[in-house]
Amino acid sequence: MKRGTQRLDELTILFAGDSGDGMQLTGGQFTITSAFVGNDLATFPDYPAEIRAPAGTLFGVSGFQIHFGATEIRTPGDQCDCMVVMNPAALKVNLKCLKEGGSIIANTDSFNEKFLKLAGFTSNPLEDESLGRYQVYSVPITKLTQNALNDLNLSQKHIDRTKNFFALGLTYWMYNRPMEPTLNWIKEKFAKTPEFVEANTRVLKAGHAYGETTELFTVRYEIKPAQLPKGKYRSITGNEATAWGLIAASVKSKLELFLGSYPITPASEILHELAKYKNFKIRTFQAEDEIAGISSAIGASFGGALGATTTSGPGMALKTEAMGLAVMLELPLIIVDVQRGGPSTGLPTKTEQADLLQSVYGRNSEAPIPVLAASSPTDCFDTTYEAARIALKYMTPVIVLTDGYIANGAEPWHIPSIDDLLDLTPKFETNPENFQPYRRDPVTLTRPWAIPGTRGLEHRIGGLEKDNLSGNISYDPDNHDYMVKIRTKKVENIANDIPLAQTDGDGSGELLVVSWGGTYGSVNSAVHNKRSEGLSVSHMHLRYLNPLPNNLGQILNNFKQILVPEINLGQLVKILRDKYLVSAIGFNVVRGLPLRALEIEETIDELIKRG
Amino acid sequence: MNTPIVPTQKYTTKDFQTDQDVRWCPGCGDYSILAQTQRVFPELGIPKEKIVFVSGIGCSSRFPYYMNTYGFHGIHGRAAAIATGLKLSRPDLSVWVTTGDGDGMSIGGNHFIHACRRNIGIKILLFNNQIYGLTKGQFSPTSVEGQITKSTPYGNIDHPFNPLLLALGTEATFVARTLDRDPKNMQYVIKRAAEHNGTAFVEIYQNCNVFNDGAFELWTEKGTKDDNVVVLENGLPMIFGKNKDKGVRLNGFSPDVVSLTDGKYSVNDLIIHNEKDPMLAFIIAGMSNNPALPRPIGIVHAIEKPTYESLIQKQIDTLTAKQGEGNLEKLFNHGQTWEIK
Repeated sequence: MKRGTQRLDELTILFAGDSGDGMQLTGGQFTITSAFVGNDLATFPDYPAEIRAPAGTLFGVSGFQIHFGATEIRTPGDQCDCMVVMNPAALKVNLKCLKEGGSIIANTDSFNEKFLKLAGFTSNPLEDESLGRYQVYSVPITKLTQNALNDLNLSQKHIDRTKNFFALGLTYWMYNRPMEPTLNWIKEKFAKTPEFVEANTRVLKAGHAYGETTELFTVRYEIKPAQLPKGKYRSITGNEATAWGLIAASVKSKLELFLGSYPITPASEILHELAKYKNFKIRTFQAEDEIAGISSAIGASFGGALGATTTSGPGMALKTEAMGLAVMLELPLIIVDVQRGGPSTGLPTKTEQADLLQSVYGRNSEAPIPVLAASSPTDCFDTTYEAARIALKYMTPVIVLTDGYIANGAEPWHIPSIDDLLDLTPKFETNPENFQPYRRDPVTLTRPWAIPGTRGLEHRIGGLEKDNLSGNISYDPDNHDYMVKIRTKKVENIANDIPLAQTDGDGSGELLVVSWGGTYGSVNSAVHNKRSEGLSVSHMHLRYLNPLPNNLGQILNNFKQILVPEINLGQLVKILRDKYLVSAIGFNVVRGLPLRALEIEETIDELIKRG
Repeated sequence: MNTPIVPTQKYTTKDFQTDQDVRWCPGCGDYSILAQTQRVFPELGIPKEKIVFVSGIGCSSRFPYYMNTYGFHGIHGRAAAIATGLKLSRPDLSVWVTTGDGDGMSIGGNHFIHACRRNIGIKILLFNNQIYGLTKGQFSPTSVEGQITKSTPYGNIDHPFNPLLLALGTEATFVARTLDRDPKNMQYVIKRAAEHNGTAFVEIYQNCNVFNDGAFELWTEKGTKDDNVVVLENGLPMIFGKNKDKGVRLNGFSPDVVSLTDGKYSVNDLIIHNEKDPMLAFIIAGMSNNPALPRPIGIVHAIEKPTYESLIQKQIDTLTAKQGEGNLEKLFNHGQTWEIK
């Protein structure tokens, strides 16, 4: 039988199985390999909050979706072309995301009576007619894995753990991916246990060979490298990019980085990542709670370090009072909120963007804080770096919003040249002559940063209202009025020091879609698709949410209609209506998942039809 | 720089005073603590600019405004956490926390125990007046059972913390107690705390003459003090009494008061204080729970252990020796990368 190779522009694959099946690892390897061959890509890891949920259950299903291609990839894909399902529950949960005619690679060994029942199937879908609309490949992955390792002296548990590599090897064959990146990873990862190197290598190759030798698969696919800008690339997740943004800011400001943080999903990886790089003089302090996390960072910042704290929604709530202190003290501080489903504990492993109002307004009294949001995994680097610039230049806490989706998702990162990164070196006050802790720079309105150890500048600051020059406690009514207003003005003035908002598409027209944060990819694809159909629609994505860019109101007024899609019940839309008195409308779905481009497109159609 | 460089040995008490009006109530025990601190700091040999006082909220937390050093008046309960971040990033500084029984034991209790257990080189002065003063008279975590306060009109039913036992429970490396009315002992204790390498915890009995007047008078007033306070001196037997005629001995695991004049016991039967003995520290700290025993003041426990900041520095040095100083170029390009031409 002659087998052909079909060329595709882009493709979406999903690996799904039990949370103990290693699907996140499998997806991660597929990502790195696809990035390595030069595809553009976006990923969506989706896993339960339980670490090892009971095997075979619907709620224990863990998935990793990768959208990769020879074209520009903006989202992890609304629907899949191919899904690898390690058990019936994985099939049940994900089937609705499979395209008509898509492929299913199923591990038949786990389609047994017990697991079928747990997944709620009354008959085996691989054997009845129910999957007739799809291309089903039934592969006894568990058995084939065992066969490959028969002669090795490994426990059943260890053998079972390698079966995800069989699936990975098979997909490498199907989609023409090289095995080398993963083989190298195996060698490095298991360097201390040669038997695991042997086992994983064999199983990966066995999966690949299975594709090659069985006649089950009639076609292979080829996805050419994308036309990305020239340069050196690596794959990076949002949380890694945030951590590296902080490291870069530390190097370029010549300040030692201090991270005060408390473990919380989905932000902990930033702490893990930074804890590795002690040779950058980074001090990571895993505090006793969220409050100590931010308080210690403020203390470090008082001492002249680059203070940062990282958290998610519930932790933001706990840090609120200390944020107000940082506003009062006017010390630089970076607060990263990796948003997750809420309120309360909510959906710890799922994404949401409902902390915007909390970030902009959620403190007692008038406590203005600049707020920036990252739009994609790699943008976490740039946004964090920019937050550090603003924090240091304006002596202010800055909030960086990312979310569970971009924090865990990965994409190719065009490695920046170190020399191109802006110098962030701050100026410490050293001159005791006429020193006043709250004397402001006439342009930036910032107070001097005078750190302990500087002779002659001994001074006291605190959370009580201060005299506008000396920083001494002041209960004077007019002084308080002045201080409340000057703190706000200082933050508002930052608008003069940030890029103007830009539209993707035309600068005026029928409909403007405004987005912020991790919905960038879905919204941008939706707008591009609709523009290619000739609709008068443009996209504007905002990184700066407080203060907003100076030209924003003007742009909003150039469009007849304004649509604001958000994974919340309408937060940016409230701010826009409030500030610019525009009749913007929201598109709001709060499922704990990224927005689908398709549903945004439908809304665009509707609005334009209505006119 | 135009400021004259003041050699540290020439500091006087005045050098540590600020131009701020001290706003404690007349007669408050805090005045004495401030005076003793300002008196003893010139002797420490630490340049003024290297000293930072950090506080939370409460009467005690106004302290930093009155010390002419660097100062940081934080938020309620968080002084230890703020000081932790400051000390970890600036181990060269002498970092002091002034706190009270509400700020340090209640809202800040968590930060207090963790600072102690980590052995971070901060000095914590706990002004214990067994009452909330700044909020005008509610009971605190050290208020005694039955105490009538604004929020306990029928008597306090909370069992109080024994701050010394709490600190020892975290295996703190320096635990001491002193009295607002005993300047000499306070100066000695503060000096020892300053010299200690690691977390130093000092409980100071401090009279709030407005909301809890006389709470400690048995141990601070001339007529009763000698017969009710035992001053701890390392290597010496625990003798007390106006005529040095009483002592504390161990009866099993329990301390007992014995007379040195009735012929039954001599100095040789008494507990010899040993700052380094952790079990003895628990026994001495526990004496406060027994009204039949004298109240111990002085250094209860003082041992040497590596500080948290030195352990971090060690990890930084080790990794730097192994991998070289951090290099962004190397970081960005390590592991799997690819080139698009």
